[in-house]
This record gives sequence, structure tokens and C-alpha cells, in this order.
Amino acid sequence: MKALMFGWEFPPHILGGLGTASYGLTRGMAMQEDMELTFVIPKPHGDEDQSFLKIIGACNVPVVRKENSWDHVNLRIGSMMHPDEYFWLREGIKYDYRRIHTNDLGCIDFSGRYPDNLIEEISNYEAVASVLANRVEFDIIHSHDWLTYPAGVFAKQISGKPLVIHVHATDFDRSRGQVNPTVYGIERRGMDMADHIMTVSDLTRRIVIEKYHQDPRKVTTVHNAVEPLPDVDLFKKTPRKDKVITFLGRITMQKGPEYFVEAAHSVLQRTKGVRFVMAGSGDMMNAMIDLVAKRGIADKFHFTGFLKGRQVHEMLAESDVYIMPSVSEPFGISPLEAMQVGTPSIISKQSGCAEILTHAIKTDYWDIDAMADAIYAIVKNPAMFESLSKLGLEEVNNIKWYDAGLKVRRIYDSVL
Amino acid sequence: MRNICFYFQIHTPFRLKRYRFFDIGNDHYYYDEFQTSDRVNNLVEHSYLQANRTIAEMIRSSNGKFKCAFSISGITLELFEQYAPEVIDSFKELAATGSIEFLAEPYAHSLASVFEGDEFVRQVKMHSSKIEALFGKKPTAFFNAELIYSDEIGELVSKMGYKTMMIDEAKHIMGWKSPNYVYNHSYISKLKLLVRNYKLSDDMAFRFSSLSLTAEKFVSWISALPEGENVINLGMGYEVFGMIQPAYTGIFDFLKALPYHAMEQQMSFVLPSEITKKADSAGALSVPYPISWVGNDKDLTPWTGNDLQQEALNKLYAVGERVRLCTDKPLLLDWLILQSTEHFRYMSHKDPHGTNYETPYEAFMNYMNVLADFLDRVEAQYPSTIENEELNELLKTINHQEQEIERLEDEVAKLKTKKSKPVEKK
Repeated sequence: MKALMFGWEFPPHILGGLGTASYGLTRGMAMQEDMELTFVIPKPHGDEDQSFLKIIGACNVPVVRKENSWDHVNLRIGSMMHPDEYFWLREGIKYDYRRIHTNDLGCIDFSGRYPDNLIEEISNYEAVASVLANRVEFDIIHSHDWLTYPAGVFAKQISGKPLVIHVHATDFDRSRGQVNPTVYGIERRGMDMADHIMTVSDLTRRIVIEKYHQDPRKVTTVHNAVEPLPDVDLFKKTPRKDKVITFLGRITMQKGPEYFVEAAHSVLQRTKGVRFVMAGSGDMMNAMIDLVAKRGIADKFHFTGFLKGRQVHEMLAESDVYIMPSVSEPFGISPLEAMQVGTPSIISKQSGCAEILTHAIKTDYWDIDAMADAIYAIVKNPAMFESLSKLGLEEVNNIKWYDAGLKVRRIYDSVL
Repeated sequence: MRNICFYFQIHTPFRLKRYRFFDIGNDHYYYDEFQTSDRVNNLVEHSYLQANRTIAEMIRSSNGKFKCAFSISGITLELFEQYAPEVIDSFKELAATGSIEFLAEPYAHSLASVFEGDEFVRQVKMHSSKIEALFGKKPTAFFNAELIYSDEIGELVSKMGYKTMMIDEAKHIMGWKSPNYVYNHSYISKLKLLVRNYKLSDDMAFRFSSLSLTAEKFVSWISALPEGENVINLGMGYEVFGMIQPAYTGIFDFLKALPYHAMEQQMSFVLPSEITKKADSAGALSVPYPISWVGNDKDLTPWTGNDLQQEALNKLYAVGERVRLCTDKPLLLDWLILQSTEHFRYMSHKDPHGTNYETPYEAFMNYMNVLADFLDRVEAQYPSTIENEELNELLKTINHQEQEIERLEDEVAKLKTKKSKPVEKK
């Protein structure tokens, strides 16, 4: 089974959860013996782990035929792609893309991020897909998130091979209802054209069915999993006087930071020896600082700013409670990461991961009382902390990407 | 001749209301009256009243030959008195027939038998006087909450003067032995044990409709038992009639038809305290670790199996001695209600049967908040800085002070009269 996947991010250079999920899933799928994966991303950095799949950078795929010497190609992109492959792919150019701005090799310069001209990048990605669809050998096309749906759809139209799309989020989650019609259009077309749709949670599945009017039979949930941390034992809780309760993530409307502040306020009124940390940055950060000051809890409430890489796990490990009061979260991998380092999690019922977690406390995102109560219970009752920590760790260690990969495989088999 | 010994358990707990940590110290009322009364009324309406009527009719039509026993927890009797006094009347009528026996159990349907012997004995005595007050007779046979039993518990029960006790058929205890004999305690031979026939009881309680059971078929199973197995103990929750098996399944008709078919096969119905007088013991059963009637393992794990449950129980029973020194009525009532086994069952990860919480963690959080407030109240009555012994002495002094004052006053009066006499003479 050969799968051609279109993605947007791949570790180590990631901007959000999509990259982590893409990595985990492909790793899990690669464990199936007859699975060959080709993963396309707009702009690789050359330091991606290619031991279990092949990565093609869209920025190295020619879409306009330009004559270049082997040596020149080697000099320009040799570190990313073998020049022979470049020339081989060049034979796949069947359309005239001279309207697109290309470089000396006939390739498009992708940013690989989320720039202002994102829509243009998405359609350029389509052009690359057409070349690949003509040359690369594959049985199925798999598109990750809306940015890559057009590429997937075009590849399907050219090759006639089935397309499955993977919905990691919808615009309804990102915008809290203020849907961007262009984005919706792209998403909708991708879903309409797909042979099967995978969603990361039942929550997202319902949105896909209800808001994008998809046939329920065509939509299947494949819950995300979490990669085991190789150096999990290195993360320790430093003994300290105060218990630490942490919010970690983008400080935006979607993540519900204001409910965390209100819950903190409620707990602090009656409890000593607790501190609250809001880690991350985002457009609501200043509003949150204002709110904390207004509630008069600034001496016990701390902001860390943006954390990355190892700092994230360290912060989670040092916390006594992790809390994710997201208003709408397609999946939400961070509670699983917190549980990996033995930190109890409180999550909103409006997050996808709530569907698969038993040993986490679930509350409605708006239910500040319930959240405060749960925080209080965990910091005051050692039995509660121990249970959630121990059983949570066990639980999360059993949520494996391999199993998610098998589920994806069954979907592949069903559409072939 | 085969003897069928029926006994029914009736217990429904007080449900706790949603109690947040900021209520601790502010709100001392812990119960969700709506949920509690709703559950009681449901049970009464769909099950207990109709079942009582059916049994009354069976007793009448069999000329008192049909007999059965009931174990009703004290807490439940209080709930009936409050929300459904007609059920109490209905049981009084049944009691008047003489074909009914009431069994003794710990008042609060608690795990005290496992955690605190003194509390257990206190609750059994409370329950016994409650039963006597309501139905005119002290119980003589014992049915522990959730059929929990061990040699140690048996000893306690025997010391209180009970000669009959029910236990469940736990495979690891019974081995090859049949439940259909009378047994006795491992070293106290005068305490007889009646072993619940777990298969036949559950056939009736849980598989009635799936087996499409008829009274005839059921009786034929009993008569097919090997020769000599003459005591068939059928124990179940009373809500089997009308709730677990709704009326439309025909469970009441089944019940009604049982005496006729049984008597046709020369079987008789007996009460637990009768059969242990009639039949000899087939041997001793040794139960070093507590067993119960729940699940396949028949152990205590549904209530004590995880850290949450252990923590809650330890915190609760740590103040037992202290609470028993108190005289504050509401506090003592809360102490009982908070001991019901259900609170701990709801914290079970593997089997939170009947829970009204979404997760075991929620059950634990809510209970611990309530318990924290309760413990604060105990502390307010008697600060923990004073040792129990010291407190006991102080209380003795306080309680005796009136008598002491009276005695001294008498003395003063005497002395005065003595003194005043000469004065008068002057």
C-alpha cells in the first residue's frame, strides 16, 4: 500500500498541533509492514526524520520547465532532493503554470507557514500536486487539514485514485462561529470530493456532518494518540511549598483563558498555598493580565510568555494540575502530554480528547465552579492527585498511534 | 423435604447534593431531597407496594405457608417514614400475618463491620430497636449490608446474640460445597450460616426475562437438585419486583404462582431463624477475608478497591470514636448517612453501580467536600487537641456535674436545716 500524503507541517519545525499529529500518525502507520508513505510539505528544512517515510518538499518540485545543468540543481537543492529526482519529476509537468512566480529551477517559493497570502500558497500547492500526481506512484491520497484539500482533490482528479481527507480542525473551531466564507468553501469542496473523511474526534465528526452537510456514512472518527516521551524520567517535580496550576496554550478565545482566571479567583479566595500559571501567548494575553489585576490576584497568578520544545514538557511536569478550558477543541493533545509526565488534567467537555480519557476531570468550559472545585480537590486530596496521576499515566501510555494507524488503514482498504 | 428460604433486601441511600468546596463551612445540609425522594417514590410506586400486596395475597392463599424475610436498613425506614409512610403500614400488615421475619443489619447500611467494630455494634443495636419499635419484634437473624462476611464479623455478630447469619456463595470459600445446606462459623459452632444460592437467585433477579422463566420451570430446577440438598436460600434486592424486572415481564405473576408449584412438589417455605433451628449444620466455613455479594470476585473491591475509596473511608472512620461522644442530633444523623456503602461504590472505577455522578472522580470530590464540612463540625464540637481519653473524662465530669450539684445542694440543705434548728430555738 502506497499512500501520498499532503501535509503542511512536520517536526521539528512546527507551529501548531497539526505537525505533531502528522508525525505521530505517519510513524504509527509506518509500523505496518507493507505501508509506504510519501509525505509532501511546502517547505522542509532538511532536518526532518525521514527514517520511516519519504518527505518531498513542494518548494523543490518544478512546476515550470526550465533548463538547468545537473550540477546547478545539485548545488541549489542537493541537500534536500537528489537532482535525478528533480529531472524525473520535471517530466510530470503537464500544465502551463508560467502565471505563477517561480525561481530559476521552475519551483515555487513556499513559506511553509501561515502567511497573509495563504490562499495563494494553497493554490500553488495544487500546482505541485498536479506534477506529483503525474509521476509519483501511489494507491491513495491522504490530505491533512483544509490547507491541503485542494492539492488532494487535484491529485485525485488527475490520477483517479481515491482521496481521504483528515480533518484536524474546522473553521468553526477556530473562529467560534465567525466562519470565513473562503475557508469554508475550500473545506466544503474538499469534503464533497473526498471518498472518505476522517475526523480527530466525534465532536469534529458532528460538525462535519451538521455544518458541512456530509453523509454520516462517509465520516469516521480516528482519535489522535500521543508519542511516548523518550526521556520521560528526566522530568521531575521540584518540591515546592505552593501547588502550581497551569494553563498552557495559545491565549486566544478558542482556548477559554478567561474561565481559567475566574476559576483561579474562586480557588484563591478560600485556599492558601496555590499559584496559577498562564503559559503561552496570544491575542488575549493583555486582556487576561488586566483581568487578573482587576480580580486582585496578581500576586498568585503568573504569566510566562511563549514556551517551546522542552520547556513545554518541563512546565507540565512542574505543575500539580494542568487545565484546558477550551471552548471548542477538535482534539487537544496537551492534556495527554501532561498526563505523560504524571500531571492530572482538567479538560473541558467541549474538547475531543475528553472522548477517550477516563482519568481526567471533565467540566463544561463555562462551569467555573466545577473547575474550581476540581482544582481544590486535586491540590487538597493527595489520593485524588495520586489516582489521576498514576491511572492517567497508565491510560495515556495505552493510547497508541499504531492503533490509530490501523484504523486509517481500514479506511484506506474500504475505499480502494 | 426441600425448604425454600426467601429473603429480600431493601435499601436506598440519601443522595448527596452538588456540594462545592466553597460551601464548606457555610452550608451544613448535604442532601439532594429531590433526587432522594424521587428515587424512593419510584421504588415504592413501581415495586415495593405491589410486591407487598402480592406477598400478602400469597400468604393468604397459602394459609400462611408462604414465608419470607426482609432486611430493611434503618436509613431506608427513615426515608419511608418521611416520604412514603404507606410502605411502613404495608409492612406492618405483613408482619401481622406472622409469616414474615425482619432481619437485623447495621442501621446505616454501612461498611462499619469491616472498619469499626464499635460503630457496627452500635448500628446493629439501633436497627434492632427501630425494627422492634415499628414491627413489634426484635430480629434474631442477621443480614449484613451487601452480605459482607468474614470470621471476624461473624464473631461480632455472634457476640451480639444472633444465631443465624446470611452469607453469599463465594466460589473461593465454598469450593465443591453446595450452598444448599446449613453451615456454621469456622470456630463458633452456634452461629449458623445460610448460604445464598447465587445461581438460582440471579436467575430470578437478573435473567428472569431472558430465560423466560416460569414458576413451574423454576420449581423443577429446585426439585432436580441432588438428594439431600434441602435448604435453598434465595436472596435478592426487593426492587427486582417491578424495577429490575418491570411488571410487564410478568414477575409478579411468577411470584404468585411459586407457592402453588412448590407445594405441589412437597416443598415448603421457611424463615431464616426457623431453618437454622430445624436443620443441622453440615460443617464449618472458614472465611479469613471479607466476602460480599457483588460481582464475580465477591470481595470488597467495589467499595474499597481504589485509592479514592480508601482515602474517603479512612478519613471518615478516623473520627468515629469522636463522633460517638457527641450528642448533637443532626451531626449524629449525618454521621450515619455518610456511611452508606453507596457513596463509596460511586467512586469505583470498575463498577460504580447506580451512580448519579458522571465519573468516580466527581463522586469523590463531592463526597470529600461534604466530609470536610462534617469533619469541621466534629472539630468545632470537640477540638482534636484534646485526646479522646481526656475528653471522655471531661465529658463524664460535665455530665455528672448536675448529679454532683444536686448531691451538694442536698448536703447544703441538710446542713442548713441542722444549723437553722438551733437558731429557731433562740
